[in-house]
Formats: sequence, C-alpha cells, structure tokens
Amino acid sequence: MIQHLLDGILVGAVLSLGAAGLTMVMHMLRFANFSHAELLSIGAYSALVFDALFKGILPVLAAQIGLLSMTGTLALSMVFSMVTTGISAVIFDKLIFRRVREKGEELSMVFASFGLALIIRNAISLIFGLQTKLYSQDIVFATVLSREPLVLVKPDQLATLGITLAIILLLHFILSRTTFGYALRAVAENQSLAQVNGINLQRMIVVVWMLGGGLAALAGVFYGLNNQITPVIGRDLVLPIFAATIVGGIGSIYGALLGGFVVGIAANLAVMVLPSGYSPSIPFLIIIAVLLIRPNGMFGMERT
Amino acid sequence: MIGIVSYLVFLATVASILAIAVLGLNLQWGNTGLFNGGVAAFFGAGAYGTLILGGGPQDGQLGGFGLFYPLALLGGMATAGLLAWGVGILTLRLRHDYLAISTFGIAVAFENLMRNAQWLGGGAQGLHGFERPLHAALGDGFLYNILFLLCVLVILVLTYRFLETLVASPFGRQLRAIREDETAARSLGKVPTRIRLTAFVTGCVILGLAGGLYGTFYAFVSPQDILPTLTFQIWAMLIVGGAGNNKGAVLGAFLIWGAWTASGWALSRFAPIEAQLYTGSIQYILIGLVIVGMLLWRPQGLLPERLVVSQTGHTKT
Amino acid sequence: MSDIALNMQSVTAGYVPNLPILHDVSIQLVRGTVTVIIGPNGAGKSTLVQAVAGLLTVSSGTILQGIDDITNIRPDQMAAHGIAYVPQSDNIFRSLTILQNLDLALRREKVDKAARRTELLMQFPVLADKLTEKAGALSGGQRQFLAIAMALATRPQLILMDEPSAGLAPKAAEEVLEMVRALTETGATILLVEQNVNQALRVADQCYILAEGRNQIDGKATDLLGNSVVADIYLGGKRMRAGA
Repeated sequence: MIQHLLDGILVGAVLSLGAAGLTMVMHMLRFANFSHAELLSIGAYSALVFDALFKGILPVLAAQIGLLSMTGTLALSMVFSMVTTGISAVIFDKLIFRRVREKGEELSMVFASFGLALIIRNAISLIFGLQTKLYSQDIVFATVLSREPLVLVKPDQLATLGITLAIILLLHFILSRTTFGYALRAVAENQSLAQVNGINLQRMIVVVWMLGGGLAALAGVFYGLNNQITPVIGRDLVLPIFAATIVGGIGSIYGALLGGFVVGIAANLAVMVLPSGYSPSIPFLIIIAVLLIRPNGMFGMERT
Repeated sequence: MIGIVSYLVFLATVASILAIAVLGLNLQWGNTGLFNGGVAAFFGAGAYGTLILGGGPQDGQLGGFGLFYPLALLGGMATAGLLAWGVGILTLRLRHDYLAISTFGIAVAFENLMRNAQWLGGGAQGLHGFERPLHAALGDGFLYNILFLLCVLVILVLTYRFLETLVASPFGRQLRAIREDETAARSLGKVPTRIRLTAFVTGCVILGLAGGLYGTFYAFVSPQDILPTLTFQIWAMLIVGGAGNNKGAVLGAFLIWGAWTASGWALSRFAPIEAQLYTGSIQYILIGLVIVGMLLWRPQGLLPERLVVSQTGHTKT
Repeated sequence: MSDIALNMQSVTAGYVPNLPILHDVSIQLVRGTVTVIIGPNGAGKSTLVQAVAGLLTVSSGTILQGIDDITNIRPDQMAAHGIAYVPQSDNIFRSLTILQNLDLALRREKVDKAARRTELLMQFPVLADKLTEKAGALSGGQRQFLAIAMALATRPQLILMDEPSAGLAPKAAEEVLEMVRALTETGATILLVEQNVNQALRVADQCYILAEGRNQIDGKATDLLGNSVVADIYLGGKRMRAGA
C-alpha cells in the first residue's frame, strides 16, 4: 500500500501542476478548456527537442545530474520548454479562443478547445511519430526503501516531488506576499472591481495563459521523465486534471494543487481494490462524488 | 454498377443513422443550450442495450434474451434514457462547464467499462451473436440493405417530424427561454432543471435509438465504436450543419460523413505506404480544423436557426 | 465661469448595445464641488457613474475631462486620468486582507508606497487595527471606509461614489458623508449617487435629478430643497428644508 501511496503522490505532482494552470483559465475565462492537457504534451515534446539541441551545442551539460537520469541539458530544456509552451498557450488564445469569445458564446470556446486538442494531439503524432520516446535511454536503478513490504523509489521521482514542492511554495509566496499575487486573486474574485482598481484585464489574461502553460510544460516533462513520452499524454490526462480542479474548487489555485494529489493518490489506491483496467474511470467517479457531496469543491469560488 | 450503388446504400444508411444522432444532440445543444460531451456513451448504451436484449445467448456473458426486435430497440433506447436520467439529475443544475466535463467523463467511463467488463458486453472483442431482424427471411443481400435503408430513412423522417413539432410547441418555447436567459425564465415560474432534464433525457433517448440502429446494421458493437472520436464527429456534424436547425443537423451529418469517408478513401489511395499509419491522424486534424474553422468563420452553421416568432400580439380570450 | 472638471454631453449608454438605459444625458461637474445625482429607482443613476468609469458602453455622446476625451476608456485607465470609482456593493476584495487590499490599490503608486499607505491609515484609523483581517470579515461601515481608502490611494482628482452610505447605520452614514464633504478640501471633485436625499442634499453643492434615464431638473442643492414640484415627485412628497 505504501508503494501505491508513493506512486499516487508522484502522479499527484503532475496533476497538481497541470490543474493549477487549468483552474485559473477556467475561472477567468469561464470555460472548460479541453485543450489544456495537450499543453503537457507540448511541454514534454518541446523539452525533447531542446534536449537534443543542447546536447549538440553544449555537450558538457549532457552529463546526468547525480543519481538522476535527468541531464543538465534536460534541466535547461525544461526551462526553455516552459517558456515556449507558455507562449503557445498565449498564441492559441489569441488565434482561437479570443475570437470565439468576442463572438459572444462562452460554450463555443469549449467546442473550440475540443477541436484544438484534436489538432494538437494529431499534429504531434505526425511530427514526432506514434512510437513512445524517452528522455534518457540509461537505466536508473530504484532505491529500495524497505523490503517488507516492498517499497521502491527512483531518484527521478524524488527530484520530481522536490521540484514540485518548491514550485508550490513559490506560488504560495507569490499569492500571499506580492502585489502581483494579490492582483491574480483579485481578478479571480471580481473581474470588474479588479479593473476599477487599475488591473489591465487583457494583460492578466496573457499572464494567466503563460503561467498555465509554463506549469503544464513542467508537468509534461515530469510525466515523460517518470513514464514515457507519447502523443497521447494529453488525452490520458485530460479527465484526471479536470477532476483535480473540481475537487479543489474551480478558481482556487491552492485547491487545484491539493486536488491533484487527492486524485493521484485516490487513483493509485483504487488499484488495490479494482482491476487496473478500470483506472481511467476513477477520475470520473471522483468527479461524481464531489458533485454529490460538495459541488464547489474544497475552496471553490462563486463568480461575481 | 451494383457495387457502386451498394456502396452508396451503405454510406447513406450510416449517414442517416448518424443524422438521427445529430438530431438528438440538436435538441440538447441547439434548442436547450446543453453541452453533451459524452454523446458516445448514450449512443453506445443504445447499441449495447439493443444487442444484448435482442441477441442470442452468450458464453459467460449477459445475453440470450432474444427479444422481439422492436422491443430490443426500445430497450436500448430506455437504457440510454436511464443513463441520461442518472447523469442529468447529478449535473444539470450545475454550471455549464461542469456538465461538459461530467458528460465527457461518462463517455470515458462507459467505454472503459465496456472494454473491461467481459461479462457485460464481451470486453474488447465486442458483442457478437446478434441476428439482424428478418434476416432469416430476407438473407444478407442487396435487397435487405435497401429495405434496411428505407426503414432507417422512415425513422429519420419520423424523428425529424417529432422534433419539429416539439420545437414549435410550448415546451419548445420554454427550452428557448431557458437557453436565452435562465434567470428570466425562472422568474416566470418555469423550473429550468426539470425542463432541462426532460430535454436532456429525450435527446439521449434519440441518441440511443441511433446507437441501436447502428448496432443492428453491423450486427456487432465493440468499444472501438464508442470512442470519443464519435462524439467529435457528431459535434462537427451539428456545428457544420447549424445548431438549432433540424434540417441543418441532417445536412451536417451527410456532409461530414461523406467528407470523412471520402478523405479516408483518398488517403488510403494516394498516401504513400509509410504514411498509411497516420491517415487517422490526418483525418482527426481535419475534423479539428473543421470544428475550429466553423466556430471562427460561421458559428451559426450552414443553415442558421430560423428565429421563431411565437407571439403575434393577439390576446387570448 | 467656473472650472469644469467633467463634462458629459448627450450620453446614451447601457449594458447591452441595443438597450440603452441612459438617453441623451448631460451633466457638468464644477471643480472642487460635490455634485449629487438623485432620482427614483431604476432612473439610471448607477449607470451614469459606471459610464464615466468605463464599465459599460457609451453608444453616443461624449465625456470630456478638460480637453481629454474619456468616453469609453477602459476602467483600468481611470487612475491615469486621476479618476477613482467606489462601487455601491462588492467594492472590496473579501478574500484579501485589509493590508493586501490597500497594497493592491497602491500598486501603481510610483512614489513612496509605504508613506502613502501610512497617510491613508491615518485618515482611516478604524482600518489600522485590523490590517491582517480578511476584508470579508469587516462590518459594513468598515468595508465602506476601506473601499474609499482604496479609491483615494492614487490621489484622484475626480471621485465617483455610488451610494456610499447605503446599508449603513445612521451614524456611520453620517461619518461617511462628512468625509465625502471633507475630500473637496484638497481640491478634488466628487460625483455622488445617493438614495438618501436628506443627507445628500446637505453635503452637495449641485444636484441633478434623473428619471427614466433622462435629465429632469438640476441646480444648486439648496435651491432644489425649496422646489415643491421636485419635492412632490422625487423627494417623497415631503417638504424639505436645508438643515432640517
């Protein structure tokens, strides 16, 4: 069971980062963005491209960091990937969502996001191929934390968790100590009052997409690092990430972060009871449970 | 010659079945403004329901009821309706994005269930052992297919008439009122949730009808038939044809199905061998572009909704 | 000729493009004075103020601040024009603390933020004790003071206030309106929307009466108190005397 818990926490880290960005967009722009999960795919594949690039021009960084399978080039690629994925998110909004928004129908944005998700996922298949890829071909041995019961953990998993926690602390600091963070929370609480207090809404929207895209890229790289890189990362994670935002309450970044871990752990513990083939259905069951017990999630906000 | 006609009959049958599904979706989205992200689940419930109820006995699986076909079809529709009622009760009072996510989730869960539950629907292999109605009498040939197409067309026309009448009725006005301004409708004493539930379930029952016919046509159904792709295809049909317009719904079905089949054929014919693996991806990109393109360029669809002027200003005596 | 701080000419505006609430409305605000807008419910008083703030679309007419045309500015551009707006309700961020609310309002402040914050807290001592409390936990009066403090953060020359005394106990309402009067001592111009006509006419210099989205009567506040037609229709039929 401890193994399942650990695996669940790791999955949870990926989901939290993905959900944090999604919850901001969902609340501010009032639509369920089915293409957000594809940003994770874009992040994972961008990092792959940057990694290959950097290995070529900066071979000195190609060494693995300590016990991790992650190399210096991959670490650098992660940062670059966060930037390019954020920019992609802004571009998608400018090209598609903003225009649909201006025509008036909020729900049309949901459709458009369905369509965009299809395009992104299959474009990735065409460009990179359908086969699975890995950041590193090297085999990294897992550390045995205990033998009875058998608990294994890989250094990469610990690094993923560590970085995620650091990011969460950083987010917390921004939200609770900086005026930029107050501005983000203000826009989430009351858009027009935020404008009245001098916050430029259009600029905030761009910032939210960049932030969401950056966090999603990180999540995508972590997923690829600890599993594998395939074009269907987005398709497989879209429902769990939505479940995380619903558990946490749409609009709450803290909620999304917590919700990600809840969904990850629940999904992995459920495998002890249900046959593993059913795991894709767990997020759905979680959503139904939340809607039955507490529709607004843990920290959900009403819209003003 | 017969070959081409036969193929066209086949195409027309599938397009007509899908058109019935699009009509059901139109009631939910076009008329009531409900987002059903799980079309495939209700379609699948109809298919599996009909085949399980009407099919022969299955080894270690649910089946063997061998019901009279029309009953089996109604059973399939009822299954879809029941599923819709359950999902609707839980989610229709929530904000529209919750409905989108929940219905999408139901489709994922339903496909997942049918893929794993061997005892329910045969798992990944699907459901065999179904005999098409009047198969014993009429065999499998061209005549049967023509008759089948005619029956489907009759059902399509009946469904169309039913929905047109519904839209013009007071119930239809209530749906439009809720779609346009829920707060106002509520202040007039209409209970949006109950009305929405009726529309949602009715639409899903129609989806189930389409699913049942689909399963009957192929005498087979498997999890491959209820992937999210189906949901996207049916949405694309409605968006292209015109949400809110039943004629548009049917038009969209034929257009998109025609385009899908044509593009599939063209790709398998002209694309190099190495690319054959990717023809699906290309088709999905095309569907995605169609959806996004229509929303940006002509969101009302090819045949926009006719504005229905309900009151002519006469007072009732 | 007095200096006109704001000149609204023939403005038609509403929340939805084809459904105007204001029809051809004109008002002029004299610099350094308090102008109050009164009128029956649904007259469009709040709409007028929101139109100046840029929160809805002006479909025809102009709003001029001196030589600047500020018709249809974005609300976040108000501060750059020295304008601040205190909405009637939902005018503070409940999930943020008092300190965070103030820091947010001071975001654009170029000169010493901390000094300006201290100044504001001296002006509103009731807020100084509760800096770390969430704004949602404050009483109605305290929230109103916070909202005004936030508006004053950017040292505005024109302050728009929508029913600042609404829902307050009489004493708190009086304090708020006295503060409104005191604000003009720095040379600021105030546009006030009020439902409580007695108190409004006591602090105001000019008064406009709006009904059904149109100008009705306007003039010196003291003059309007004596106008019996106005009294009958708009002041609830009672004869008002200044100071009563």
